[in-house]
Amino acid sequence: MSMPYYVAPEQVMKDRADYARKGIARGRSLVGLVCADGILLCAENPSSTLRKVSEIYDRIAFAGVGRYNEFDQLRIAGVRAADLKGFSYSREDVDARSLAQQYAQILGQIFTHEMKPMEVEVLVAEVAGAAHDDQLFHVLYDGTVMDDDFFTVLGGDAEAITERMKASYAEGLGLGPALVAATAALSGPDRALAAADLEVAVLDRVGGRRAFRRLADDEVTGLLAAGRDDGDTDVAVPAADAEAPATTDDLPGEPSTAEPQTDPDEGAAPA
Amino acid sequence: MTFPTFTAGDDPGPDFAALLRRVGRATQPPSSPVGESLSIPHGTTVVAVRYADGVVMAGDRRATSGHLISHRSIEKVFPADRYSGVAIAGAAGPAMEMVKLFQLQLEHYEKVEGNHLSLEGKANQLGQMVRNNLPAAMQGLAVVPLFAGYDLRRKLGRLFQYDVTGGRYEEHDMAASGSGSLHAGTVVKLGYRENLDRDSAIDLLLHALWVAADEDSATGGPDLLRRIFPVVATITEHGWDRAEDDELAGRFENLLGQLRTAAGGSEGAGVTS
Repeated sequence: MSMPYYVAPEQVMKDRADYARKGIARGRSLVGLVCADGILLCAENPSSTLRKVSEIYDRIAFAGVGRYNEFDQLRIAGVRAADLKGFSYSREDVDARSLAQQYAQILGQIFTHEMKPMEVEVLVAEVAGAAHDDQLFHVLYDGTVMDDDFFTVLGGDAEAITERMKASYAEGLGLGPALVAATAALSGPDRALAAADLEVAVLDRVGGRRAFRRLADDEVTGLLAAGRDDGDTDVAVPAADAEAPATTDDLPGEPSTAEPQTDPDEGAAPA
Repeated sequence: MTFPTFTAGDDPGPDFAALLRRVGRATQPPSSPVGESLSIPHGTTVVAVRYADGVVMAGDRRATSGHLISHRSIEKVFPADRYSGVAIAGAAGPAMEMVKLFQLQLEHYEKVEGNHLSLEGKANQLGQMVRNNLPAAMQGLAVVPLFAGYDLRRKLGRLFQYDVTGGRYEEHDMAASGSGSLHAGTVVKLGYRENLDRDSAIDLLLHALWVAADEDSATGGPDLLRRIFPVVATITEHGWDRAEDDELAGRFENLLGQLRTAAGGSEGAGVTS
């Protein structure tokens, strides 16, 4: 009879964490940030059909990086939890905090009890009436929850992107400049990301019941161009705040949750 | 509330009603007839018509329990999602529940799948919900909805009528349901023309509701004293749009003026057109 090898619990946890981190690092990163118009979620994602960012509830969005099938499963569970809660109690009772806790619970459970941890990080974002009430909950593969005030970065390259975000982020950015900052942080100094490489959605601060809105490629291109112009004038004239709302004029008035994607992107690049 | 996760084999998919059953939260039909023993509120007349840009739906605001008026300002016409609406007649409680579930069902599908259901799919879905209500209908809690919407793929407004067993019937021009539907339906049928404009379509429905209220005690007319007017909404390629009360008040003034002139101030006001 053979004896099983003894492996120290520290080693088991370390191995699992390394495994999860490696899996996450293979995918591309994502930035969520609070801006004047709402919460901007910007992911590097060449696929226009396999989404990293999606709607959970009226004012709550979900974003995930890592293995697509795993975070998509979490996304659907989140939609179900939110809709069930809203149906049983009321729409006002659905909140990002309790969703984030449920994600943390299930990710923690899987991390400690299952053979294989989930190779994902998720973000639960809730937009409020004022920017300082917005919530960003970042949940790691082992169930660790972090509550960020201004922006959060998910993915393998998070440290470098966070540094770049810290340098460019300012409170009260308009949508265009916020998108420019997020895109620049995601791409780094050596390359540039075009609209086709990005998946962008926003939780609008004002508007209808359902705050989530995807931005189509041409809208992203327009915002990036307008945002860069805005950024330039900001440097020259410090009091250029009046310029900021002009970027929202580019947006079509009607929020559409499932606009047709005309982007002829080549197939299923795994997230 | 536990986090709803399922294994691949028994996942309820984008179906919210199935999810409710899986987590044990589906409502059960009553075990004995409630229609006679309890006096429950009933919604009455709803009517819908196709016009040039889409469809218009309208419903009066009265709910009755037996011979009594239980509510004066109940609403029976609801947006189901951005491009469709549902109007209900029958037992008010289960009907409201069905609308709430139907709205949620469409939104849930959209979020889980990342795509809208087709109008056809929505109509079938509502048919299944009416069919699932059959056990409750047998106990006196029947719900008979109308469904209307703008079909974004076919670029036209469409109307669907249901029976209590979930039978789904697509109507070409107009549809009506509830106790006053006979009278309202006749008025719409007589006044209907192909490609009505928005003004004439709304006026036609208001006239229909007026006649229904005139003939059917369970249908409420416009309440000028309390300023309670029918719910009227158009659904076009731009989506759901509910008409303002001020607009309806003006249209009723015109309608009453026409009826007065036609009747010459005699007893017959309201019946003639």
